[in-house]
Amino acid sequence: MKILVCINKAPDTTSKIAFKNNNTAFEESGVQWIINPYDEWYSLVRAIELKEKDPTTIIHIVTVGSADCDPIIRKAFALGGDEAFRINIDSTDSYFIAAQIADLANNNKYDLIFTGKESIDYNSAAIGGIIAQLIDAPYISLATLFELNGHTATITREIEGGEEVAEVNLPVVVSCQKGMAEQRIPNMRGIMAARTKPLNVIEPIAQETFTSIINFELPPAKAGVKLIAADNVAELIKLLHEEAKAF
Amino acid sequence: MSVLIFIEHTEGLIKKSAHEILTYGAILAAQLGTTAEGLVLGTVTENLTALGKYGVTKINQINNESLNTIDSKLYAATIAEAVAITGASVIIFSHTPTGKSIAARVSAKLKAGMVSGAAALPDTSNGFVVRKSVFSSKAYANISINTPIKVISVNPNSISAVIGDGDATINQLTINVGAPSIKTIAVNKITGEIPLTEADIVVSGGRGLKGPENWGVLLDLAKALGAATACSRPVGDAHWRPHHEHVGQTGVQVAPNLYIALGISGAIQHLAGVNRSKTIVVINKDPEAPFFKSADYGIVGDLFEIVPQMTAEIKRIKGIA
Repeated sequence: MKILVCINKAPDTTSKIAFKNNNTAFEESGVQWIINPYDEWYSLVRAIELKEKDPTTIIHIVTVGSADCDPIIRKAFALGGDEAFRINIDSTDSYFIAAQIADLANNNKYDLIFTGKESIDYNSAAIGGIIAQLIDAPYISLATLFELNGHTATITREIEGGEEVAEVNLPVVVSCQKGMAEQRIPNMRGIMAARTKPLNVIEPIAQETFTSIINFELPPAKAGVKLIAADNVAELIKLLHEEAKAF
Repeated sequence: MSVLIFIEHTEGLIKKSAHEILTYGAILAAQLGTTAEGLVLGTVTENLTALGKYGVTKINQINNESLNTIDSKLYAATIAEAVAITGASVIIFSHTPTGKSIAARVSAKLKAGMVSGAAALPDTSNGFVVRKSVFSSKAYANISINTPIKVISVNPNSISAVIGDGDATINQLTINVGAPSIKTIAVNKITGEIPLTEADIVVSGGRGLKGPENWGVLLDLAKALGAATACSRPVGDAHWRPHHEHVGQTGVQVAPNLYIALGISGAIQHLAGVNRSKTIVVINKDPEAPFFKSADYGIVGDLFEIVPQMTAEIKRIKGIA
């Protein structure tokens, strides 16, 4: 079994979000980078659980980005990835990024490709679907449970107002979310082993980008909370009804 | 050159998010000087002609049994054919679990640039620029789509459906549909509840409610408002409430007109799931709770005293006995 886990470098949830160059670029200075939580907690850990069940499983890690992604790759190694590919280019275009990963996937023939349900930077939830299209594989998004029986996967996924259980033959691309697995902390043995695992830096394939970011804006600041006295609940409801027209 | 709108339905009925994007697509078509058409895959019981009132002239339907399995692979292939037949240059989806899984594949199939999770209508005054929220709603990005064909998935509750007059003509498309690549073996719908992502009003509870046995006050308030119910991560993790109610960074992201937080401190991870809400109300006994900084209205006090009074007052205004 060969599994590819796609990871993305994202600003830690508590990072201050600011922009530079006349609001055309994200201000990266002072940002604490982490593995996108959906990629780490759910897809990578589920892949590791599958390897624990079947030790012949090989877990490859891929990320598209420059050398400042190396620390998150080492963390993925410490948790349990076997070998990594860093495709050496920064991009914000979903198609461009997915095309790079699809090229790697076409060369290496994975049984399973895991992504997080979305990345907490650009929140596009698009990479998995595009990869699946480019390698002509089925795609199950928003998976909360994943079981493997031979070459068939049974996957529970979120749908509007409920969930659906689907059966699919491998290879398949799966986007993972809460429920798939539980967050893990790397242990010392993992951290030591991470130093020597192979991190392959590969150059991107030629691919045009389909979108470009014109600029960023911060949301308008809230006017500030209107506090109402605890003994005047009727006033709150009146404001919600007449001022906010919220019901 | 037209705008094609992918219409989602469940149990034969068109979804609220689909009504919203019908309006979105109709306004965009007017902006571009073209027409808007809908696309329905699979079996519906609702009268599609009536969708004309949202501003579309034509509804295309592909009524094939295979399409009753929502398989992104099959859907993308089918929608791409429909795009070729209709000559559409902009394809609109809802940014819902189903919509987002299909939109990405369609964009790849058509080599079309995509903005997913759009927050507003495109600005077509100079190019084609779509606004979307990024960094878990802490900022917006204005993104230019540079390809001839464009794909947009629109966040639910970003635009209100506008209802006018008119009927749509129904056009049955004949397309050779293959077999699904997945097999659905079970569907578990939560019945009798309003889906969180579609709700206009959400009432959400945190650890301040002290235990699952105390949820009655919250449920009464939600019922009076016709609201969906939600919870914070600790509440979901402690199994006081089902997991699907968890809103926040790692749970469901919502953007209702009104979000009422009861006994939730407002950790940054929680805010990431709710800060697109139009109006936020916070009830918390701790005046230092960070949530007050992001709220529009708040009361510092004991929720067990305050919430029943809110419910009674809402019922009085709505004339519910």
